[in-house]
Amino acid sequence: MDRDVVETVSLRWLRRLVIAVFLVITVFPFYYMLVLSVRPIERLLLDPGALVVGFGELTVATYAEVLKATDDGGQGFLTFIRNSGMVAVAATVLTLLVAIPGAYAVARLRFFGRRQVDFLFLAVYLFPSIVIAIPLFVVFTRAGLRGSLFGLVLVYISQTLPVSVYMLKNYFETIPVSLEESAAIDGAGRLGIIRRVSLPLAMPSIMAVALYDFMIAWNEFLFALLFLVDKPNRWTVSLGLSLLADGVEVPKTVLMAGSVVLTLPIVILFFASERLLTEGLTSGAEKG
Amino acid sequence: MTTTAPGPGRSPTRERSAPPRRRQLTLRRRESRAGLALVAPTLLVTIAVIGIPIVWTVVLAFQRVRLATLRKTGLFGEFTMDNIDRVLHTPGFAETLWVTLIYSIGGTVGSIVLGLVAALVVRRPFRGRTLVRASMLLPYVAPVVAVTFVWQVMLDPQLGIVNAWGQRLLGWDAPVPFLTQESTALATVIAFEAWRYFPFAFLFLLARLQAVPGELEEAARVDGATPTQRFRHILLPQLLPVIALLGVLRFIMTFNKFDDVYLLTGGAAGTEVVSVRVYEFLTARTDIGAAAAQAVVLAVVLIVFVLIYLRFFGRRVS
Repeated sequence: MDRDVVETVSLRWLRRLVIAVFLVITVFPFYYMLVLSVRPIERLLLDPGALVVGFGELTVATYAEVLKATDDGGQGFLTFIRNSGMVAVAATVLTLLVAIPGAYAVARLRFFGRRQVDFLFLAVYLFPSIVIAIPLFVVFTRAGLRGSLFGLVLVYISQTLPVSVYMLKNYFETIPVSLEESAAIDGAGRLGIIRRVSLPLAMPSIMAVALYDFMIAWNEFLFALLFLVDKPNRWTVSLGLSLLADGVEVPKTVLMAGSVVLTLPIVILFFASERLLTEGLTSGAEKG
Repeated sequence: MTTTAPGPGRSPTRERSAPPRRRQLTLRRRESRAGLALVAPTLLVTIAVIGIPIVWTVVLAFQRVRLATLRKTGLFGEFTMDNIDRVLHTPGFAETLWVTLIYSIGGTVGSIVLGLVAALVVRRPFRGRTLVRASMLLPYVAPVVAVTFVWQVMLDPQLGIVNAWGQRLLGWDAPVPFLTQESTALATVIAFEAWRYFPFAFLFLLARLQAVPGELEEAARVDGATPTQRFRHILLPQLLPVIALLGVLRFIMTFNKFDDVYLLTGGAAGTEVVSVRVYEFLTARTDIGAAAAQAVVLAVVLIVFVLIYLRFFGRRVS
């Protein structure tokens, strides 16, 4: 038989199979998380291989335990959600305020040291965060900022700023210069051009970067662990959940409920803005 | 910021009277000033929250600092080589470095291969493609604490689904403690790494694949090239620069990784990577000097590896 036909037909089937496998390995862990979070722990121990929840055993007691305040015998995750939300929003807003003008300058304006600045942001983006963590740990201990959410916001900016500048810069570079020039001919100054031409055009990309920054801050674990561990009322969801696992005999089903609480906001945000994010993340990647 | 930028009221007509050469010079100078003014806040913040900490880590690496004596030590106390010496000669140093290397290479190769396969299968449109593509990004966007927990529970010897099914369907004699025994822990952590980060490679490779001109493949097809030949001779050469770039990016990021290993195994069962070790020095032993020295060693080793890599693949990456 013709090799071309054999390959085309077998690859068509292989492709379907591979897509199915990928769907299983990416979605299954999240499905499993959800299923476990609504099963009572005794049922899980009896039948660990079950994939569906029987109607009789469905429970939301796990969520009640996770979300209730510590005074009411729960784990106080509502407080953690508030902390995480505040920190992530503040870090995102501050990052954008600083990153947008900087990215624009690096992308568009010729100034002394521009290449070096450009390289610096990339190098810093790839630097190990544990290296940055040590002196920040020292400074925060001395300045009494350890255990403060404001301090954590400052640290998160160090995580989000370089990647934001990098992504925004790539986008600003794709905006045709002629658009800005025609605005200049119409009498707009530099700030006017940025406000009326470049920013509106870059809005989708700015939204993508904002979402990305929010996700980084919401998901972050190492710095929360280093700086907040002594202050239980300041814990973020990630930290609270990981310390819950170290605690005295918390059932795995309760841990899974906590995981769902931690993951759900991100997944909702992600599916609501999937197209925006996918394109924002790789804009400029085609240049290879 | 506002002072250096030209006011919006100024119109280009007023400048027309000046000789052309001078006008160009002032425009250029104005642009340069605006550029510096706009980049200054970004630069200052970067230096404050990243630049200074990096330099300070290097300084700390050569000082005798412990958490207890922290309030008394100044920035420029006496310098010593003790920390570096201690880090290099503490038992387990070489092993940690070796584990980090295997973990980084394994994670990098795994995530790129998975990402490449994923990009190839969702390249052409089919029903539900958007949903499939979005699902493939889930491991990457989901919080690390949550996904490590799910893996831990799935692989748990008593109540994990993997062992339950392995025993029932594959006839395993006994449950496998994937994350706690030496023979499987490192491989499991690498598999996790490949699973969590293949979407990163997937995104970049898919974007590049879609930029390959359709005529190229069409021409090869007309010439009688089979699908695998077209991949080997048309697509792969187009993808190689991206793959080389992904190689260096993923290697650096995996080499620095802390959360994943710490949360999955805590560095036990032969999975202690360098950053977990730095964390141990910093918190369990409260030895800041040693932690800083270890971090500096990590950064230096990383830089050396990246330089070697760039030497071999540099032309492709740039």
